[in-house]
Amino acid sequence: MNDRRFPFDWLLLPLVALVACGLLWSLSSATWAKSLPSPLKTWEMSKPYVLQPFAKRGELDQGVLRFAWYSLVLVAKGYSLALLAGVPLGLLLGMSKIFTRGFDPIIQILRPVSPLAWLPLGLILFQKSEPAAVFTIAICSMWPTVLNTAVGVRAVPQDYLNVGRVLQFTRWQMLSKILLPATLPYMFTGFRLSLGIAWLVIVAAEMLTGVPGVGGFLWQEYNSLIYEHIILCILTIGLVGFVLDRLMSLIESRFRTPDLAR
Amino acid sequence: MPPPLLQLTGVAKSFRRGRDNLSVLHDINLNVDRGEFVAIVGFSGSGKTTLISLIAGLIAPDAGKILVADRPVVGPGLDRGVVFQNYSLLPWLTVFENVALAVEQAFPNWPFEKRCRHIERFIEMVNLTPARGKRPAELSGGMRQRVSVARALAVEPEILLLDEPLGALDALTRATLQDEIERIWERDRKTVVLITNDLDEAMLLADRIVPLTAGPRATLGPSFAVPADRPRDRQNVARAPEFKQLRRELTEWLLTVARGKPMRGDHKETSTPQVSLVREAV
Repeated sequence: MNDRRFPFDWLLLPLVALVACGLLWSLSSATWAKSLPSPLKTWEMSKPYVLQPFAKRGELDQGVLRFAWYSLVLVAKGYSLALLAGVPLGLLLGMSKIFTRGFDPIIQILRPVSPLAWLPLGLILFQKSEPAAVFTIAICSMWPTVLNTAVGVRAVPQDYLNVGRVLQFTRWQMLSKILLPATLPYMFTGFRLSLGIAWLVIVAAEMLTGVPGVGGFLWQEYNSLIYEHIILCILTIGLVGFVLDRLMSLIESRFRTPDLAR
Repeated sequence: MPPPLLQLTGVAKSFRRGRDNLSVLHDINLNVDRGEFVAIVGFSGSGKTTLISLIAGLIAPDAGKILVADRPVVGPGLDRGVVFQNYSLLPWLTVFENVALAVEQAFPNWPFEKRCRHIERFIEMVNLTPARGKRPAELSGGMRQRVSVARALAVEPEILLLDEPLGALDALTRATLQDEIERIWERDRKTVVLITNDLDEAMLLADRIVPLTAGPRATLGPSFAVPADRPRDRQNVARAPEFKQLRRELTEWLLTVARGKPMRGDHKETSTPQVSLVREAV
């Protein structure tokens, strides 16, 4: 494979790709997709939202990062719930074969359900849009945590458990001193994947419920026919999601215990 | 004459494999006196680890009795320290913490200071004080096994069970650790059951060698006493006529018994116990 390195390639190559994409975008908006705003027009329309990212000029007219912040707060609530429910469920699944045989089919059926399907149920259950959104985030994003925790528990080497048995650990000691630390790297992989899903879900939930946030803003600007802001929102969602993922993988790598040759 | 510290009478163990019941150990009888160092040598795959797991209480026998100090073994206990072949250190803990985990469990009522001194003492005993803050991944195989030995000894068990502790190490590290085990044993003469496939290792360390026949349905052979002078010199074990004689007898016994057994298709391939290279190297 050709993988040549040159000075500043880490900066230059993405820049070249960015310019190429920008050109494609400009070309498209100039030729076959007339209603697609050009990059320049998008930037002009978005300026006040980007340059004063935390401004609040009105309920529907706020800086883009302020909107993103609202979304993040909501995500944090749903995500915390997902972890609180997902970790114990994953531990149970990992530790008990009987529990797994009983619940695995249900989980496999619930797991692929789209957030758009859960949201109405949340609205029925909680009557208000914000708790409905939190509920949807929690139930959609907990599966990677559940499954990774379960896999992690099953992957704990018998040797580690034997150490605990020889030392006559109680069940609680076994869990806190051996199972949990040994499973932690797997759990953090689950946490990272869950966060990615939570961020995907929030946008959909906001669009459907009109909760203020970056997704809500996107939908509102679509209805107001300000297409430039749709693009602004897409870029913001992508950027925030990217930063979240980086942060989580940073934390994840801190908890990675080195594999020992066995 | 006090009763033996460890008594195995008519112990048998089999495992289910699909529909078959594979008998691994059969009619195992063994007495180990307090302060005795017994080595069990046998073919790989003959059930040596099963035997040590039975004594450790990690698995239960199908038949027979296992007594430690006249009390039946019903499960794992702190009176039996185990050094596993694959070290079994917890990778997220440092050397100190790995040993501390065992010490806290064995002596929960000791004051903190006393526990720390105790832990340090055993880390020093295996010459790991400079590495006390390191995690297992930063240690060599030999160092990891030292931690494992320190962890087992720090609990101050009545019996130390060593399951091929040096099997995964290179020849030179093996030799160093053998000397170290001998040195530590000389100090407090703990009761030790060593499982090994290395005849020279057994002759260097043990008072008595008991061969295990090839499986399935492996059983223990007659005891071979090792000439008693201690500390033993590695050179002497390699060259002295009485050791040469012992090695010949043991090898012959193991090979005859192995030939006497019909080989079964579903059974793990067996190999002769190795006569280690250390002999030539040193």
